[in-house]
Amino acid sequence: MSHSDFQPKNPALQWIERRLPIFSMMHGSFISYPVPRNLNYWWTFGGILAFMLVVQIITGIVLVMHYTPTTAEAFDSVEKIMRDVNFGWLLRYIHANGASMFFLAVYIHIFRGLYYGSYKEPREVLWILGVIIFVLMMAAAFMGYVLPWGQMSFWAATVITNLFTAIPGVGKAITQLLWGGYSVDQPTLQRFFALHYLLPFMIAGVVGLHIWALHHVGQGNPAGIDVKSDRDTMPFTPYATVKDNFALICFMVVFAWFVFYIPNYLGHPDNYIPANPLQTPPHIVPEWYFLPFYAILRAIPNKLMGVVALFSAILVLAFLPWLDTSKVRSARFRPLYKQFFWVLVAVCIGLGYLGAKPAEGAYVIIARILTAYYFLHFLVILPVLGYFETPKPLPKSISEPVLGKSGAASGIGARAPEKN
Amino acid sequence: MATSKTVTTEHTRRDFLYIATASVGAVGAAAVVWPLINSMNPDASVLALSSTEVDLAPVAEGQIITVKWQGKPVFISHRTKKEIESAQNVKLSELPDPQADSDRVKKGKDEWLVVIGICTHLGCVPLGHEGEYNGWFCPCHGSVYDTSGRIRKGPAPLNLAVPPYEFTSDKAIKIG
Repeated sequence: MSHSDFQPKNPALQWIERRLPIFSMMHGSFISYPVPRNLNYWWTFGGILAFMLVVQIITGIVLVMHYTPTTAEAFDSVEKIMRDVNFGWLLRYIHANGASMFFLAVYIHIFRGLYYGSYKEPREVLWILGVIIFVLMMAAAFMGYVLPWGQMSFWAATVITNLFTAIPGVGKAITQLLWGGYSVDQPTLQRFFALHYLLPFMIAGVVGLHIWALHHVGQGNPAGIDVKSDRDTMPFTPYATVKDNFALICFMVVFAWFVFYIPNYLGHPDNYIPANPLQTPPHIVPEWYFLPFYAILRAIPNKLMGVVALFSAILVLAFLPWLDTSKVRSARFRPLYKQFFWVLVAVCIGLGYLGAKPAEGAYVIIARILTAYYFLHFLVILPVLGYFETPKPLPKSISEPVLGKSGAASGIGARAPEKN
Repeated sequence: MATSKTVTTEHTRRDFLYIATASVGAVGAAAVVWPLINSMNPDASVLALSSTEVDLAPVAEGQIITVKWQGKPVFISHRTKKEIESAQNVKLSELPDPQADSDRVKKGKDEWLVVIGICTHLGCVPLGHEGEYNGWFCPCHGSVYDTSGRIRKGPAPLNLAVPPYEFTSDKAIKIG
């Protein structure tokens, strides 16, 4: 993390600081840490995501105290949480809607990165760590969704674990290893429960690396140019802390709206029917945050290729730093990329819409076109665009467009209360 | 220079010790990981093959029943004459997973089709008497099976599997 020369005033804290320099590290990372002065509200979602991870872990731990991971009792124990446990309804609704809010925030965070070129040199490792967190999040969310053992839980578990049967040769053996049997059953539920408890802590670990890498290379910014002097930055506290907290409170208003007014809006009513291994619900859909990937899976008529496309759609993000050949980071100065970015946003939303529709007729054809475009964007448009696009002139520094040349000369940036 | 070159390229007993230590460590790690992974495989109670006996007498012509075998649904279809004919009169070259209807039923028991009721795409349970061929239709991703349980359309690669079973009498079977 980032160190500073900060020394605590309290003698007891000084005693600790000499043996473990934690206070100077915290001060360097979250108080005096210099952030670009032009950050906008799209940069507040990192903090929001950290908050959501804490919310999920805390509510999750309390829910586990009341939940029973057996096929006979799982469904009933969740209903018991809803009806009998004090504030159980609140904890479960926070946890279930919290997953949706987590994904809402992470998708905004990812598209922020795409728009402002946050994955470019020197932030490649920071970006890849982010992709790893995203994959772990999807695994955690999927396994968590299985635990209530409703119809959607059971059939989601069946469909997703069956993805591995597409692997030639060893597919069946791998799937039986995942199930611990010949179908999704008690052993499957029990190990999903164990992993669902483990994954958030793995996410927390990778988040630590993500923040470490962030503080090592420094934050990106909407202008996409490097910090050149102290005039380009502000101390994290109070400026970023206040801005992050304001954004967090606005986000919590939306979160609370879901929890208190429409707690089941994002769920599926079929998951209030206990799991029945002999009957598949007529129309199964994943949670909303998996719909675009589900649409890609269904768009491809071949089983193996459908599964390959599904995983490639996520994996391609990890290669983004090398697929985008443009030297300019921010879409602000890339007139063509900016348009392709919004087309990609529309395509992803379109895929999400199609993932919720039955796989028939025109829906399948449109899903195929959008799937093709999704890969075209990353594998063809981005590499080629870097060579053909003429970017707009970049500002000389972060502070120049804000303060003007005279402002910069008079040293307004020195306003920052604490400087190290 | 010459001295340092010989130092870097020469294999020393220390190199051997490094390699030997790393190898023993790797073998040890693999030996520890194996039981951890293998413990996740189906355990003895799951492996103990259970068989299911089914009385076919109450199954009317044109009816499909679902029984549970090893935790999986098994469809038993009492096929009508029309269904048998439509299953038999298909060119094998038209099928994605070619297999004659006669290979999917017991000899002289054309009216009884026994298949594992799990879509070979991603494991959903298909719906009986549905779809273009009046066999099965999978609601998850639109795979269509005929009256012999063979895949005809959609993303599933294989026919519905036929489990091991035998007729214990004229009107009873034992699956498994």
